[in-house]
Amino acid sequence: MINGALWLLGCQLVGEVVVRWLGLPVPGPVLGMVLLFGVLSVRRPGPGSGTLRVADGLLRHLQLLFVPVTVGIMVHAAAVREQWVPVTGGLVLSWAAGLVTVAGLVTLLVRRRGVAPGDAS
Amino acid sequence: MSATLEYLRTSPLTWIFVTLLAYRVGVWLRDRTRGHPLAQPVFIAAGLVMALVAAVDIDYGTYMEGGLLIHVLLGPATVALAVPLHRQAHHLKEMLVPLLVALPVGTVVSIGSAVLMVRALGGDRALELTVAPKSATTPVAIGIAEQIGGVPALVAVFTMLAGLLGAVLGPGLLDRLRIRDHRTRGLALGAVSHGVGTSRALHDHPTEGAFAGLSMGLTALLTSLLVPLVIALL
Repeated sequence: MINGALWLLGCQLVGEVVVRWLGLPVPGPVLGMVLLFGVLSVRRPGPGSGTLRVADGLLRHLQLLFVPVTVGIMVHAAAVREQWVPVTGGLVLSWAAGLVTVAGLVTLLVRRRGVAPGDAS
Repeated sequence: MSATLEYLRTSPLTWIFVTLLAYRVGVWLRDRTRGHPLAQPVFIAAGLVMALVAAVDIDYGTYMEGGLLIHVLLGPATVALAVPLHRQAHHLKEMLVPLLVALPVGTVVSIGSAVLMVRALGGDRALELTVAPKSATTPVAIGIAEQIGGVPALVAVFTMLAGLLGAVLGPGLLDRLRIRDHRTRGLALGAVSHGVGTSRALHDHPTEGAFAGLSMGLTALLTSLLVPLVIALL
C-alpha cells in the first residue's frame, strides 16, 4: 500500500516539477500519468502489486473526488443565471458536437483500417 | 452549547464527513436505481452538500477547508489512470491512427462550436473565452482561461457541467448513435467530459474507462495547444 502510494505521488511530483521547470502547457498529473504508464510497461507488476491496488481503489471512487469542485458551482450560480441562454446553448450543443465528432471519426477509421489489409492483398 | 455548534459548523472534519456521507448516499441511490443515468453519485452528493452548506449559512471557503483534503486526491487519481491504460496496452497500437486523427479534430470542434454558439446566442466576448476550454480537465481549463482572458472561476463551473453532461447523458447518446465499441465510447467520453465522464466510463466497462482516461489526458494537452489558435481564427 505504502509503495503504491509512493509510486503514484512520486510520478505526480516529478510531473509537477517538470511542467513548471520546462513551462509546459500540460497539467502535472497528466504528465505523471504518462510517466507511470512508462514505469508499468517496463516493470510489468503482478496482480498483487500495491500500485495496482491503490490505483484501483482511488479510481473506484473517482466521482467522490469531484464533489468539492462541483459544490463550487453555488458560488457562481448568479453569474450563470444572467447569461443562461448562451451558457446552456454553448455547453450542451458544443458538448454534443464534440462527442459525435470523436465517436464518428473513430468508428469510421476503425472500420477502414479493418478493411485495409483485405484491400491490399 | 453554541461553541460546540460553531465547532461543528466550521470544522473541516464536519465537511469531510458530510462530503463522504453525501457521496455514500449518491452511490446507494445509483445502486438502488440500478444505474439510472441521472443517479450519478457526484451529482447527488454535490446537491446534498450545497443544500447543507446553504442551510447552515457558511461560505464555500469554509466548506473547502474540509473539501480540499478530498480535492487534493484528484492529482494522484489522475496518475492512477495509467493503470487501466496499462491493462489495455495491447489494444493501443491498433487504435493509434484513429486516436491521432479523431482527438485533434474533436478538440477543434469542441472549442470552435462553443465559441460560435455562445456568440450566436448573444453571449459577450468574456463568456466566449470562458466556455472555450470546457472540455479539458478542470485545472488545465482554469490555466487556459487565465492565459486568454476568460473568467477562471466560471471555467471551473462550465468544466464541471461538461463533465456532468458526459456522466448523465453521454452513454445514452452513444447508445442512440449505435456505438457499442468500448474503445470508441471511452475515447469520445474522455474527449468531451474529462475525469467525470471517465469515472462513468470506468463504472460501465474497464476498457471504456481506460480509453476515456487516455483520451482525457490527450485532450487536456490538445486543448491547451489549440484554444489560442482557434480563438485567433474566429
